[in-house]
Amino acid sequence: MTSGLWELVLKGVWVTIQLLVCSALLGAAVSFVVGVARTHRLWIVRFLAGVYTEVFRGTSALVMIFWVYFVLPIAFGWQLVPLWAGTLALGLTYGAYGSEIVRGALNAVDPAQKEGGIALSFTPWQRLRLILLPQAVPEMIPPFSNLLVELLKGTALVSIMGMGDLAFSGNLVRLALQESAEIYTIVLLIYFVIAFVLTRGMRGLERKLKAGTGKPVGSTPDQELDRPQTTGVGGAVA
Amino acid sequence: MKWDWSAVSGFMPHLWDGLLVTVQILALGSLISFALGLVWALLMRVPSRWVTWPVGVVTEFVRNTPLLVQLFFLFYVLPEWGLTFSALTTGVFAIGLHYSTYTMQVYRAGIEAVPVGQWEAATALNLPLHRTWTAVILPQAVRRVVPALGNYVISMLKDTPMVMAITVLEMLGQARLYSQEHFQFTEPLTVIGVAFIVMSYLASLALRALERRLAH
Repeated sequence: MTSGLWELVLKGVWVTIQLLVCSALLGAAVSFVVGVARTHRLWIVRFLAGVYTEVFRGTSALVMIFWVYFVLPIAFGWQLVPLWAGTLALGLTYGAYGSEIVRGALNAVDPAQKEGGIALSFTPWQRLRLILLPQAVPEMIPPFSNLLVELLKGTALVSIMGMGDLAFSGNLVRLALQESAEIYTIVLLIYFVIAFVLTRGMRGLERKLKAGTGKPVGSTPDQELDRPQTTGVGGAVA
Repeated sequence: MKWDWSAVSGFMPHLWDGLLVTVQILALGSLISFALGLVWALLMRVPSRWVTWPVGVVTEFVRNTPLLVQLFFLFYVLPEWGLTFSALTTGVFAIGLHYSTYTMQVYRAGIEAVPVGQWEAATALNLPLHRTWTAVILPQAVRRVVPALGNYVISMLKDTPMVMAITVLEMLGQARLYSQEHFQFTEPLTVIGVAFIVMSYLASLALRALERRLAH
């Protein structure tokens, strides 16, 4: 491979990372808002959040991307920059999976903790911020780590829409060289390295957050069977 | 926003064609992933590093890299090595292989969840190793893992549109083709979006019912 082609691959890596960071931020925001809404005391809020989750988990991420790219501009007149269109589609879809993680972790907090908050006449917002989230967030980290790797894999989908990410630059190099084994091996290895760095980083974060809660780090076989499905519907959650 | 019902009815025959292909991919992909995942899980229990280490690395690699790039790899590289398969076969194999690295973890957890007393009882009854596995351990392990496997079938359903990228005309491929021929994007894409939501919702309901039955 020539240096020009390497430059193409590096540009692809950069686009993939930008897309990953943007859609992870949007996805995290959606996860927390929808996940907390699913534990709200008003049934209509819980119901709407549940509908959101079912709809966005129900469609395929790729169908969602097609919809954002082709239907939004025609039907609503919103023409988005490719990066934002990809971020929107991926963030909304993976945010729906993430909301199940947040809901599961919030429900797993000992009810006595919540009752203690009520007894001390905390407002609902104070209970959430000072009691529930500090205990729930460390439990969310391992499933969120899995979801982040799924999101990384999901970013490759935007290459079908012609956005110049890592998978797309792989295709360009294949066309330029008329040879595919080498470039696709390189592309797969780069994705693997990014995923490895992400999981290591998340493990460090888990250790840091759990330092104050006195709970063990890592997963047990039982948790593996109930592992929140990152791409499945109706998975048992935490 | 303009909605044209004639485009919907015009697209419906294509939707059924695409649905048939999607279901085929799903059925064959599930079979491959169930079988191959069990093979990986059993290989990981072989008491030798020379087996577990390569299997662990390969499955970890497949699990953490995008299915889409794996599809491209198989679709473009295998012919260079003299192995030519149809796009559909390649797609089914890629999906089956990708998901086998997930089902492998499910099987592993299911096998580890079998109480150790069952192993000891098999030893006490002097059962040969293959009888211990086929008559004692696996029947109990598989029962535990069915719901988790079902979840991965639903995930697989939502990953089938990716094979469109290697020219297979499943539901999304049909929708794209129809859109480009008739310059109507809204209706076909919305129809298959709804079709996916309905299918995965029904599948999750069926799975929950199955889970309740197996719980007894």
